[in-house]
Amino acid sequence: MSTMLGYIKAESPIHHLTGATKLICLLLYSVAVMLTYDTRVLLGLLIFGLACFKASKIPFKDVAFVVYFILAFLMLNNIAIFIFSPYEGCAIYGQKTVLFHLIGPYSVTLEQLFYMLNVTLKYFAVIPIALLFILATHPSEFAASLNRIGVSYRLSYSVAIALRYIPDIQRDYQEISFAQQARGLDLSKNEKPLKRIKNMSSILLPLVFTSLERIETISRAMELRSFGMEKKRTWYSAKSFKMQDYLAIGFMLLLVVLSLCVMKINGGRFYNPFI
Amino acid sequence: MRKKQLLSIRTIVAIGIGSAVFLVLGRFASLPTGIPNTEFQTAYAFLALMAILYGPVAGASIGFIGHCLKDITAYGSPWFSWIIASSVVGLCISFCRKPLHLEDGIFGIKQLIIFNIYQIISNIIAWCIVAPTLDIWIYAEPADKVYVQGASSCIFNVITVGVLGSILLANYAKTKIKTGSLKLEE
Amino acid sequence: MRQPVIQFTNFSYQYRVQSEPTLKNINLTIYEGEKVLIVGPSGSGKSTLAHTLNGLIPFNTEGKISGSLKINGKETKSLSIFEISQMVGTVLQDPDGQFIGLTVAEDIAFSLENRCVSQAEMHKRVWDTSKLVEIHEHLNMAPQALSGGQKQRTSLGGVMVDDVDILLFDEPLASLDPATGQLAIELIDQLNQETKKTIIIVEHRLEDVLHAPIDRIIVMNKGEILADCTPNELLQTSLLTETGIREPLYITALKYAGCELKELNHLDVLDELDVTPYKEKLEAFLVNSSTLKESSEAEVLLEFDHLCFSYDQTRPLLQDINFKVRKGDMLSIVGRNGTGKSTLSKLICGFYKPTNGRILLHGKDTLKLSIKERSNAIGMVMQNPNQMLSKPMIYDEVALALRLKGLPEDEVKQRVYETLKVCGLYPMRNWPISALSYGQKKRVSIAAILVANPEILILDEPTAGQDFKHYTELMEFLKSLNEQGITIIMITHDMHLMLEYTSRSIVVAHGKLLADSTPVKVLSNPYLVEQASLKETSLYTLAMKANLKSAEALTESFIHHDRRRRESCQPC
Repeated sequence: MSTMLGYIKAESPIHHLTGATKLICLLLYSVAVMLTYDTRVLLGLLIFGLACFKASKIPFKDVAFVVYFILAFLMLNNIAIFIFSPYEGCAIYGQKTVLFHLIGPYSVTLEQLFYMLNVTLKYFAVIPIALLFILATHPSEFAASLNRIGVSYRLSYSVAIALRYIPDIQRDYQEISFAQQARGLDLSKNEKPLKRIKNMSSILLPLVFTSLERIETISRAMELRSFGMEKKRTWYSAKSFKMQDYLAIGFMLLLVVLSLCVMKINGGRFYNPFI
Repeated sequence: MRKKQLLSIRTIVAIGIGSAVFLVLGRFASLPTGIPNTEFQTAYAFLALMAILYGPVAGASIGFIGHCLKDITAYGSPWFSWIIASSVVGLCISFCRKPLHLEDGIFGIKQLIIFNIYQIISNIIAWCIVAPTLDIWIYAEPADKVYVQGASSCIFNVITVGVLGSILLANYAKTKIKTGSLKLEE
Repeated sequence: MRQPVIQFTNFSYQYRVQSEPTLKNINLTIYEGEKVLIVGPSGSGKSTLAHTLNGLIPFNTEGKISGSLKINGKETKSLSIFEISQMVGTVLQDPDGQFIGLTVAEDIAFSLENRCVSQAEMHKRVWDTSKLVEIHEHLNMAPQALSGGQKQRTSLGGVMVDDVDILLFDEPLASLDPATGQLAIELIDQLNQETKKTIIIVEHRLEDVLHAPIDRIIVMNKGEILADCTPNELLQTSLLTETGIREPLYITALKYAGCELKELNHLDVLDELDVTPYKEKLEAFLVNSSTLKESSEAEVLLEFDHLCFSYDQTRPLLQDINFKVRKGDMLSIVGRNGTGKSTLSKLICGFYKPTNGRILLHGKDTLKLSIKERSNAIGMVMQNPNQMLSKPMIYDEVALALRLKGLPEDEVKQRVYETLKVCGLYPMRNWPISALSYGQKKRVSIAAILVANPEILILDEPTAGQDFKHYTELMEFLKSLNEQGITIIMITHDMHLMLEYTSRSIVVAHGKLLADSTPVKVLSNPYLVEQASLKETSLYTLAMKANLKSAEALTESFIHHDRRRRESCQPC
């Protein structure tokens, strides 16, 4: 089974921030990254993200597989971009500097390479901070954090339930899949795709029905323990805001403002070094 | 007896468990199509059923939370354009809840057609309109590329939901047969 | 004068979807600080009664109430489920369903969070409660890392934290092994004595509950109260057997031996029972029985040969397992949860490969066989039938394995009908599975495996969650299959099942095979009993108390006698 990313315990300034702070920071940081297409800003943000990751004391090897996976994905994505739109960069930057000709209508241009570098940077810049959120926030704090930033506690609790029951459902899935295979169900590549989709129903149906039953049991248990009695609720594992939390959020706000300012100066999202 | 709330406890739990199942199916029960980076995602057939059983809020939330959790546990970062598209699928499919009326225990040709019209439209809105538009808007990806990508996802999802979703619904409907009508046979 | 806390007066309840009332004219009063046990077979209305106490009826389920139910003097109809839950705390049967928090501490705090208690107070109350239920050392653990007993303690903590007056336990023993169940009963008793809370236990495993003293037993059947008396009074009658509830084994043994129980005073507490007058009769009972048949020398079907297994190469889960299964065997694999007994079955089916050693089928190494190839010879029945059943109709479910093999439809039909007849499901062949009871679903899941004609049937906890009647039906059915030549392996911690239906028990603990012997010998060996998380049977205790020559002999005579009686009164 493939591995799931999750909380990694460590003592670091990042771990000491409240979950809500980390969530707000992630959202602000994502906004900053999404807004801009300025290479200098993206690079700056990426370096800042990497520095934060370093500060979290989470060993890189624990997440190496994800990073490699994303790199491979971005590689494929770049190839796709090139195949579909080999001169997208030229359109954006208003110039066409051909480096060499490939085949047919395909030529490699400086502008296209620069554009694809920017796309890659943009996707990549958000990763260190996003990883930090999932790796340095205890799952118990998730729901409380969502509630803190204004999501209703009822919906927030859905997230807590999802996190609580993922391992149980994973186990259900595996048991069901075993049970069906032991009855001769073939899920391997020997079968045709359409047949395989149909065969999946032998696993999905028991999973659906056990899950529907689970929903009934859990809602009964929650009702018996006064869930939904009050207009709000308190959280056992919520952390209270400290100075460092305000500082972190303040700094992220600054990054968003910076990103906006640069857009204003550039007169658009893109930074054009070719003029 | 009980006050009706937008989110009843049952819906809250359905969203939580639904999201967890969506994640598990997304991670472990996707079948490769033969084309790189595209899969028959059985999770969407499940999403369709949940949306129809528990309504629009649940459908949209399971799509959103489930996909979001799937992304962050797999890649560490959420891909919002596609997460929102999943949410749109859940939302739109839930609208055939009324015309289908599964609780009656009937899922015949008529219901099959209704469901498939809804699911096809939902998938088109999500993958051919919402996802590519957001990709262009956020990531400034080339339009041709994202529309082709969206269209291929749409086709595979339409097939998966059409086959597996219909099977799930038909089987669910059969569990609603009135037990009083059953007789022991010799 | 004792204060009544619960008062049913002419109370009836009918579910909206049912044509008849499930509770009929209930009159029952329970007093402050009492410890009451409600017993009854499945469908007797005992769970419905429990639901009326915690407010799930009428607030969660639709139906019609007549008569009155007062808790602490207040009519429940006029309250809300929240107000009721402040008086009655419920520990549900399913420990995973009730464990909602991500950690022990959060789960205990759950209702405090919902009542907006401040964080500081919450931390204090969670700590105090967790000490009371003895889970304070595991506060930060996730449910997946806990045993069934620990999860139940957490659930108990979660309702105790509210300072409720009444604790309601809905089948608290259903998912626990015997030793853990015993501890749970002791804890409940301790809470009753220390906190003086009223305790209501709904359970059909009477003997296990009687491990600690009970003030009163309510016997229910078909929606009515049949008896409301002290355990001692109840055990003197034959009411339990008549309603399909298993009596404590020692009581049955004394009755079989012809002892007169009417004048005795402490029938419910074996330790305080004076059995010396019955020594003679018990000795005579031993003489009458013949010894059980010797182990067979039939062909070896399945053999574990120096098998080792671990998931991650570092921590071995199973070490050097050696045993043989012969054709026609009916054996049980017992052991503490999480010590690898379920892994054994997964190795046999081929879901995992041994790290070392071999599993031989018909003398040939199975390493090269795929899951599908093994499934021709070996059938695996999971504990939870809902995880196996994937078709809406019974016929299609049973036909699935044959259709996957690509057999022609007329042959499929013939074999499915045959199997359905064997399993007693033929009259229901056109029913949807959703219309079946849990026990019937279990039967369908067995039929779905049997149809492929396996030589070996492996069942994981076949009797979990079934009352005495359904237990007997299912086990008699399995026994008849065994008599037709199918080899049966059962993974279980049901000691009755071991004793009454298997001729051999394999004890697995801490990854090692500790014993391969008769169930009687295993259960008479205190070391094995402790290692396998079982408990001493009351027959053993009785033999010791009465100073009999051999505890094993009493157990064997008992089983023999029991079997003869069942055969003579059950026309099959």
